Amino acid sequence: MAKYEVNLKINDIPVTVEEGTTILDAARKVNIHIPTLCAHPDLCVAGNCRVCVVEQKGARLLQASCATPVSEGMEIYTNSKQVRTARRHIIELLLSEHNADCTKCYKNGNCELQDLAHDYRVSDNELLDLLQFKNYTIDDFSPSIIKDDSKCIRCQRCVRTCAQLQHVSALAVAYKGEHQKISTFFEKPMHAVVCTNCGQCINRCPTGALVEKNYIDQVWDAIYDEGKHVVVQTAPAVRIGLGEDLGLAPGNRVTGKMVAALRRLGFDSVLDTDFSADLTIMEEGTELLTRLKKVLVEKDDSVALPMMTSCSPGWIKFQEHKYPNLLKNLSTCKSPQQMFGPLAKTFFAEKKNIKAENIVSVSIMPCTAKKYEAERPEMRDSGFQDVDYVLTTRELAMMIKQAGIDFEHLEEEKYDSIMGESTGAAVIFGATGGVMEAALRTAYEIVTGREVPFKNLDIKPVRGFEGVKEAKVTIQDVKPEWGFLEGAELKLAIAHGLANANKVMKAVSEGTADYHFIEIMACPGGCLGGGGQPIPTSPEIRQKRMEAIYEEDANMPIRKSHENPEIVAIYEEFLGEPNSHKAHELLHTHYTKRKAY
Amino acid sequence: MQNKNLKRVDLIFGEYAAEKYKTLQNALKRSPEEIINELLDSGLKGRGGAGFPTGLKWKFTKQENSAVKYVICNADEGEPGTFKDREILCRVPRKIFAGMAICGYTIGAKQGFLYLRGEYRYLLPDLYKELDIYHEHAKKFGLDFTIEIRMGSGAYICGEESALFESMEGKRGEPRNKPPYPTKAGYLGKPTCINNVETFVTSLMIIRHGAEYYKKLGTQDSRGSKVFSVSGDTPVADIHELELGMTVQEFVDDFGDGDTKAVQIGGASGMCVPRKKFADTIIGYEGVPTGGSMMLFNSTRSMYNILHDYLEFFAEESCGQCTPCRVGCQQLLKGIEAVKRGEKKPEYLETLKKLAATMKTASKCGLGQSVANPFTSIVNNFREEIIY
Ligand SMILES: Cc1cc2nc3c(=O)[nH]c(=O)nc-3n(C[C@H](O)[C@H](O)[C@H](O)COP(=O)(O)O)c2cc1C
Ligand code: SF4
Ligand code: SF4
Ligand code: SF4
Ligand code: SF4
Ligand code: FES
Repeated sequence: MAKYEVNLKINDIPVTVEEGTTILDAARKVNIHIPTLCAHPDLCVAGNCRVCVVEQKGARLLQASCATPVSEGMEIYTNSKQVRTARRHIIELLLSEHNADCTKCYKNGNCELQDLAHDYRVSDNELLDLLQFKNYTIDDFSPSIIKDDSKCIRCQRCVRTCAQLQHVSALAVAYKGEHQKISTFFEKPMHAVVCTNCGQCINRCPTGALVEKNYIDQVWDAIYDEGKHVVVQTAPAVRIGLGEDLGLAPGNRVTGKMVAALRRLGFDSVLDTDFSADLTIMEEGTELLTRLKKVLVEKDDSVALPMMTSCSPGWIKFQEHKYPNLLKNLSTCKSPQQMFGPLAKTFFAEKKNIKAENIVSVSIMPCTAKKYEAERPEMRDSGFQDVDYVLTTRELAMMIKQAGIDFEHLEEEKYDSIMGESTGAAVIFGATGGVMEAALRTAYEIVTGREVPFKNLDIKPVRGFEGVKEAKVTIQDVKPEWGFLEGAELKLAIAHGLANANKVMKAVSEGTADYHFIEIMACPGGCLGGGGQPIPTSPEIRQKRMEAIYEEDANMPIRKSHENPEIVAIYEEFLGEPNSHKAHELLHTHYTKRKAY
Repeated sequence: MQNKNLKRVDLIFGEYAAEKYKTLQNALKRSPEEIINELLDSGLKGRGGAGFPTGLKWKFTKQENSAVKYVICNADEGEPGTFKDREILCRVPRKIFAGMAICGYTIGAKQGFLYLRGEYRYLLPDLYKELDIYHEHAKKFGLDFTIEIRMGSGAYICGEESALFESMEGKRGEPRNKPPYPTKAGYLGKPTCINNVETFVTSLMIIRHGAEYYKKLGTQDSRGSKVFSVSGDTPVADIHELELGMTVQEFVDDFGDGDTKAVQIGGASGMCVPRKKFADTIIGYEGVPTGGSMMLFNSTRSMYNILHDYLEFFAEESCGQCTPCRVGCQQLLKGIEAVKRGEKKPEYLETLKKLAATMKTASKCGLGQSVANPFTSIVNNFREEIIY
């Protein structure tokens, strides 16, 4: 059905939009701003906060502009006396059941409720303070997330995020009326439910009700401790997100400035998760080829296809809860963070002649699930907890601000060596499709001796934000030792956001998909949209971040993981070859079946 | 019994034995358009409280181009002081099913549901017995319209039509955004005609006797008769079917105990009419409409306590999703407590009335939108009782 145009007036300004457009979007078109709280560009409409109400001429009720489609001839007023009164009432009501101790709040300065309270200056609020009647609780059991009900405005963005984007539904609305709250299955703490720690709810929570558990003080203490050598690793997506929290527009690449800032903060070695991302490609690519050989040639049914990537710890926990029968399909490779961890306390320690117990290993991640991952009991292969503290992009920005560093004007610096060298293949791990592209660049070349047949090595079909992407690669003219792959058509799938992951997993578990290799990232857009990235997030912001990632890749002198000289060296000097015994000891892991709820 | 000035009607409960699905059988010989016109002509407005013209609702649902449509009978009856649907379900279930079936035939639906209030579970055996009889008749008539019963679980808000759909879909009972309205997208997103129990029965009787017959009852704006649930300080607490259009005074003359100081019309979400306004307040759409609940209070009652009870009810029964209603109800409740205790000045009631006005216009559904009815009418008319 063709969409037809609708004419209306907003504050007497004529505007023409497509049918189905909301009053809110129509107003934006003529640069009229209407405040919102529950609306979010990534989520379905809720219409529950009511802060966006507007007056429609002739209507008995005010209309929630985020939830009401335009109609022909409508006359809308966004700032009439009635609207202003209602809006102020709503802000006052929200604040009256809110623990508004902004100066002590983690979201101070980046809070949509605070912004509204600021704009409307409701200091003469006469209403009763309802906090005295409330029994709010704080849940800080999770290693990743703190949930503070006293900051919650019941906008349900988190609930919609967890259900709609992540297909997890760890959070839901409980009770009704004055007792209504956001809760979990049987009100268990967040670490005891199906929550994947992905942090997507945090990214969309407009207040301080859901925030990451922060480890800034512990990291400062480690830095101040003379006896400790503090190494820091930075994930691919941090370098394209960090700027947003430090005054720059989305899409700024700040790799060199970030390295400089980390040095100024006092980290002893500034290293790169991108190095271990390259390593992941070597390990995972080899694992894939081995699995293909075992299944296709040796008819060995102890290994499973399709193989699925394992770099995203939120995705891993999702799979452990929802598809425990498919755990054998997960690559045994640890995530780049957790490959880096044990190497820092073994290989790096040996090379640098530092005792492992004196190394404090810090990672900067776009991710909250990595906090949880670092604490998994399997992640102690160095004999210590491999990664000691995980900070999000946001926490790093806070440290930089606390240290008084003028980030924008820093001179760019380079990573330390060793474990600081990386390739373009590693940085694209930060975008959905990136692991697939990096793996293809290497595996194709290993098998055929030739570069992947794509211009500039850019494998465009696996890029972009489509929820589930599929691709096929036919392998021809292979090297003799890979003869069994001659003419084989590899079927690939890529999904980002756990709701999309679930679609693919459903197909796999029902046997209706015949993929060989599947890349899954828990977060929308991949790590660039990770739960630890700067807030706010939106499709436009993630688009900018993605463009920055591919720019970063294009500007790297080396763009294939197997050509990273430090990777070549670590196999020669320390690991032997990919999937060697030692590599298995340090770089591979296993998974745990968990309950479905 | 007292003096009976008001005209009694026996449309809803009468002629039951004779019904035997005859009206349904005859209706099937008429065209859907004829049936809709009959209802439009009768002026019947929904008996569930909102008062939307029934013929129009059926017409809109019929007009939707969809292979799947639903008929739903709202038997959630949660409004405090309302118990007439229970009596109808108990005594004349055949009329309900026949009314639903005519609706199904008219709008082009094959499936109907009766959404039954959780507390009415004890009615199930009798309802199922009648339902079997209905299905036999439907088969005999060649009518492809089956009816199922679904149970509510005790939340008042699930009587609100869109929350009811959510509840039937297995979700939390939270009202939806409107538009789209149920006639376009209701249960499972399909066009749905949802009516109150009494509405279906009344429709049946209009089809049976014709609009002309029905129009003789009531007034221009409030056609016909209505079943009232009369409770409180009255010697005749019961249900009574009366012609519409009486004044509160006439009503009180018949049902009061001689000392009535206020009548709460339309349940907790309705209006409180004080004695001085009895004579010039009409019960109906030209005055104070009601879903049927009439609560009479005599001079021994504290209007503060009554308002307090209502506000406690709303603070508890609000679904809690939208700000004006969730927090507003708590503010009104705690607010009158604070005024009573002297912690807030009497003028604070003005602040609360303004807040109630915002709740009326800015809340998402009828629950939050109607809390201002009892609040403002009681505070305005019984200010002293609230303060002291
Ligand atoms: C909070 C709330 C509770 C309601 N409860 C009922 C109910 O129990 N029964 C009912 O018939 N309508 C109830 N309604 C009205 C319904 O939403 C709807 O208008 C009605 O079922 C339509 O039927 P009618 O047109 O026949 O009146 C309620 C509305 C609200 C806002
Ligand atoms: S959530 Fe926002 S408004 Fe509330 S205390 Fe924190 S910063 Fe202030
Ligand atoms: S962290 Fe992810 S899985 Fe956990 S509640 Fe939030 S959105 Fe859901
Ligand atoms: S936790 Fe945050 S996102 Fe969730 S309802 Fe509360 S304020 Fe909204
Ligand atoms: S008005 Fe009340 S009951 Fe209705 S949606 Fe809002 S909170 Fe829920
Ligand atoms: S932003 Fe429209 S109701 Fe919340």
